[in-house]
Amino acid sequence: MELEVSISRKTLETASGQTRDILRDVAFTLRQGEVCALLGPSGCGKTTLMRIVARLDTAFEGRLVLPSRNKTGMVFQEPRLLPWRSVAQNLRLVGTSSEGELTEIVAALHLSKHLDHFPGELSLGLARRVAIARAFAVKPDLLLLDEPFVSLDAALAVRLREELLTLVLTRKATTLIVTHDVGEAIAIADRIIVLSPAPGRLIADRTIEAPRGAMTDARAAKMKETIRSVMANAGG
Amino acid sequence: MRRLTIRLVPAWRPGRTKALLIRLMPLLLLLAAWQMSSRLASPGTLPPPLAVVSVIATEVWSGALFLNFGVTLARVAASFALAMVLGTALGVAMGRNKTIDRLFDPVVIVLLNLPALVIIVLAYIWIGLTEAAAIGAVALNKLPNTAVTLREGARSLDKNLDEMAQLFGLSWRTKAREVVLPQLAPYIAAAMRSGLSLVWKIVLVVELLGRSNGVGFEIGIAFQLFDVTRLLAYALPFVGLMLAIETLVVQPFEQHVSRWRRPHGA
Repeated sequence: MELEVSISRKTLETASGQTRDILRDVAFTLRQGEVCALLGPSGCGKTTLMRIVARLDTAFEGRLVLPSRNKTGMVFQEPRLLPWRSVAQNLRLVGTSSEGELTEIVAALHLSKHLDHFPGELSLGLARRVAIARAFAVKPDLLLLDEPFVSLDAALAVRLREELLTLVLTRKATTLIVTHDVGEAIAIADRIIVLSPAPGRLIADRTIEAPRGAMTDARAAKMKETIRSVMANAGG
Repeated sequence: MRRLTIRLVPAWRPGRTKALLIRLMPLLLLLAAWQMSSRLASPGTLPPPLAVVSVIATEVWSGALFLNFGVTLARVAASFALAMVLGTALGVAMGRNKTIDRLFDPVVIVLLNLPALVIIVLAYIWIGLTEAAAIGAVALNKLPNTAVTLREGARSLDKNLDEMAQLFGLSWRTKAREVVLPQLAPYIAAAMRSGLSLVWKIVLVVELLGRSNGVGFEIGIAFQLFDVTRLLAYALPFVGLMLAIETLVVQPFEQHVSRWRRPHGA
């Protein structure tokens, strides 16, 4: 599905009761099946933008255009699993997937052994994988991933990223992934959007011509450098 | 399908017998002290245990004990259920909605601090000496307690899970059953536990003041006749029954609903 985002202004209320701008003039359109990474420094409104796209936050100036009948799968920063339900039950709860498809997703994320476990018995990395599996279990047209690999050790993050990528590419969901790691963005996405420090404005929108490893190391390094300098110039 | 197995009796383990014996000790001592005191007490004030047992036997034989227990239990069940259902609804509404909270908070505070006796007498005067007045008065005594407990429960509902349910488009029924109820269950269980002991005590008062049957009514008769034997013959088995319901039904339920909190539980 295609997604059109056009936010002129979004304010948030701070703990002290004041309102401040968190997003200004952020507009972009994602094509069907496009994998887009959202980059930016902490506190620039990445998560807020995700919540708007997920329709969990509707109080903003601007518009959001997406098909009225669409399935959204999301991986929040926290796993957000039901602690009183086993892994299998958590997956079936939201699932529109058949048992066969579910088995496939579970196998792809190496969760088969853990189906009967409860979330309290899982490590953070495992719980994340369950959350990713749940997002896929809804057969999403739109997939939103909010820093799915944050606070995982590097080796696990790389493995999980590969598993995720395989799923994303086979399912052809339009995907928006929040990250603050430029290298990760280049490795996963075929497009990168960069936000400035708060209030977040769109300061770069690059398409990767040869995404996901097809790029030579030199070009990848150059791209990394360009994006880093864009972020540095914006004061990130 | 969801499994709901509630084990009614705790499993026997070695060492339990010893613990049980230690727990029974004070009861046995109390019984011995009762027996001794009854000999020293002036006639009619404290009958010996066996005299009480014999009155219990007579009442059981005539069927009067079962009848009165049945009537009282029915009143306990009705007012308990009423207070739990209405109190839960009110408490959850107050926990979720600030306006409702502000609207009902003063009422709840007044009800919490109003002596049970006042509510009972007023109910009998305003509604009449009817079953509805009796059950309503008891329920009204317990209701604010349930509402306050469930308000806490509703306030502590996890907003993250709420959003998760919204994002994945769960129907309100699925959300209620899978997301909200499991979070409220420990609060409901706590309200049930404190509620049962409160309700059955108040039911006895209600029966004493304005009903013509039930354990409370029998105790009232015994009071008028200064018949301590009869009083104990009704009071003691009833206390035992309520304790049994509490330990065999309410407590296991409480443990069941919070079992997922234990690591490697369920």
